[in-house]
Amino acid sequence: MYEYTEFDSAFLAERNAQFRAQVERRLSGALTEDEFKPLRLMNGLYLQLHAYMLRVAIPYGTLNAAQMRQLALISERWDKGYGHFTTRQNIQFNWPRLQDVPDMLDALAEVGLHAIQTSGNTIRNVTADHFAGAAGDEIADPRPYAELIRQWSTDHPEFQFLGRKFKIAVTGASADRAVIRAHDIGLQIVENEGEIGFRVLVGGGLGRTPMIGKVIREFLPEADLLPYLEAIVAVYNLLGRRDNKYKARIKITVHENGIDNIRALTEAEFVLRRAAFTGAGAARLGEIQAAFAPPAFRTGDVSAYETARAGDPVLRSWADTNLFAHRAEGYAIVSVSLKAHGATPGDATAAQMRVLADLAERYGHDELRISHEQNVILPHVHKSDLPALHATLQQHGLATANIGLISDIIACPGMDYCALATARSIPIAQEIATCFDELKLEHDVGPLKIKISGCINACGHHHVGHIGILGLDRAGVENYQVTLGGDGTEDAALGERAGPGFSAEEIVPAIERLVHVYLDLRQDRGETFLQTYRRIGIAPFKAALYPAEAVAAE
Amino acid sequence: MNVIVTDAGFGPETFEQRFVPLDAADGATRVFDLPSNADPDHLPDIARRAEAIRIAFPSFADGRGFTLARRLRLLGFQGRLRAHGHVLADQYAMARRAGFDEVEIDAELAARQPEAQWRARADWQAHDYRTRLLV
Repeated sequence: MYEYTEFDSAFLAERNAQFRAQVERRLSGALTEDEFKPLRLMNGLYLQLHAYMLRVAIPYGTLNAAQMRQLALISERWDKGYGHFTTRQNIQFNWPRLQDVPDMLDALAEVGLHAIQTSGNTIRNVTADHFAGAAGDEIADPRPYAELIRQWSTDHPEFQFLGRKFKIAVTGASADRAVIRAHDIGLQIVENEGEIGFRVLVGGGLGRTPMIGKVIREFLPEADLLPYLEAIVAVYNLLGRRDNKYKARIKITVHENGIDNIRALTEAEFVLRRAAFTGAGAARLGEIQAAFAPPAFRTGDVSAYETARAGDPVLRSWADTNLFAHRAEGYAIVSVSLKAHGATPGDATAAQMRVLADLAERYGHDELRISHEQNVILPHVHKSDLPALHATLQQHGLATANIGLISDIIACPGMDYCALATARSIPIAQEIATCFDELKLEHDVGPLKIKISGCINACGHHHVGHIGILGLDRAGVENYQVTLGGDGTEDAALGERAGPGFSAEEIVPAIERLVHVYLDLRQDRGETFLQTYRRIGIAPFKAALYPAEAVAAE
Repeated sequence: MNVIVTDAGFGPETFEQRFVPLDAADGATRVFDLPSNADPDHLPDIARRAEAIRIAFPSFADGRGFTLARRLRLLGFQGRLRAHGHVLADQYAMARRAGFDEVEIDAELAARQPEAQWRARADWQAHDYRTRLLV
């Protein structure tokens, strides 16, 4: 894992000192709230419905045990003893006091964590595949590139006051677990005749105008990464609209100007920019890659695990859903679900964070990951340790066997916390999870991604949910619209709206009807919900959602 | 009276020529006033013949001026480059790193954000991630 250098530590100390002074200047009136706002946002501090909210970056989703313990400590000392992991590999503390935030940032800095550029109209926390460095299907570990981009974009002098926020995601595998097609820039590591480079996508995004990213460069050599990124963002900074906040993202710039025009402008800018990058970045990249060298995987007998698995149906069920193939023999990638049925998706208590830190140290080479699906990953666990690990998870409410299933729901904070929300998300997620748990249908239904957003800004990624739920406000009453067939992977697709929305009381029964259509019409248990949907189309699902209208039409 | 901010702190105007708005410029113009939405297509020509350029910041939230400045420098402009308008003390380091020599602010802003707050960022060459990746 990357360890902060003296430069990183000195930068962060200086930055935190600046923010402490900015808070003091705000409290003294030297800064107006208008002027303070972008400064606090650049440091991850929002003003929410009930209180400030501090959004802390988990850079490319990677944490070690000491960092996780510090998050636990911060949640207890300055917040309410829990944190909320988000869809962009951040953790949010929902109840800090303004005057405490500088101390919280200093506490984060002690373990090399920060809240820089987790908000505001700037380049945000760079995200990566949460199985990076562990998955068997990857060409190269995306995290060194994400760290290089973090360094380049941090405090970048040109890009702190862009027209709108700007999000970059990197994947090292062709299977897209980082939703790169829904980012302002998506980077996919590819290999071309032995040379490592990137397929570069631009202009993806969800929100009120969802778009799938378009390819701007099929192959970008590794050494050109930073000047090319700089060229894209510079072109966007000058060309992107600033007259309308809702048309200011680069997806609209690409849509209105055309990808060919954006590509031509970017390539021209790239020629100017590349001349300035003389190769220091390549040296830095080499140092960073060395820091991300894989841990010393051990070899060992896994027969005890196989025996335990065969004899324990609970362990087996968990292993079936929560493990993923590791590149090293005898190892598994473990997903720890933060979606216990009826719990708030993505929330972890301080006690749970400490348990996860202990487990990472004892069984996981001191590594943890946070996924955009709001779960925690132990990326390197030897299979012989799985029974003991599972037993500990069970003791702390962390052994829910539901990864990728109907109750593994992505949900934004919604009206329970967020000032922008038009409806609640969390209670809907809780009700759906509880409902299908009681029906004992979850494992029969199999892989099904439900994603819930509490407003049109789509933080819950509902457009790319197999079933997407969008909570709106209709004359003061919550109303939930359903989209079907969305997909956030390499086969990215935006969901299709099924029809009129449902009330908070009607939405869970409506989801139940959709699931029964799938169970009735799937070819066999091997055909997933999404495959069935793609085969039979939206009509049977619509008929189940709106039975009265189906009868009327006949 | 407007204040000119440099690494030395606040100072009076010392530049004696008048900045000419882009839409009033002609073939003889050497000192330009650029709006933040200046057409980038004009920049190569301006960079070639300008002696001094002032770029407007109508609001601190309008960051286009930083990229205009960087582009002018990349195009080879070596003359005086000034940021003008609603620039915050917290943005001084960004302005310097993007290629500006100085910042021009009005008296009201100078009173609310006194000299010490600007001088605190005169160390703009320290802790600079991007430059470290260049050379």
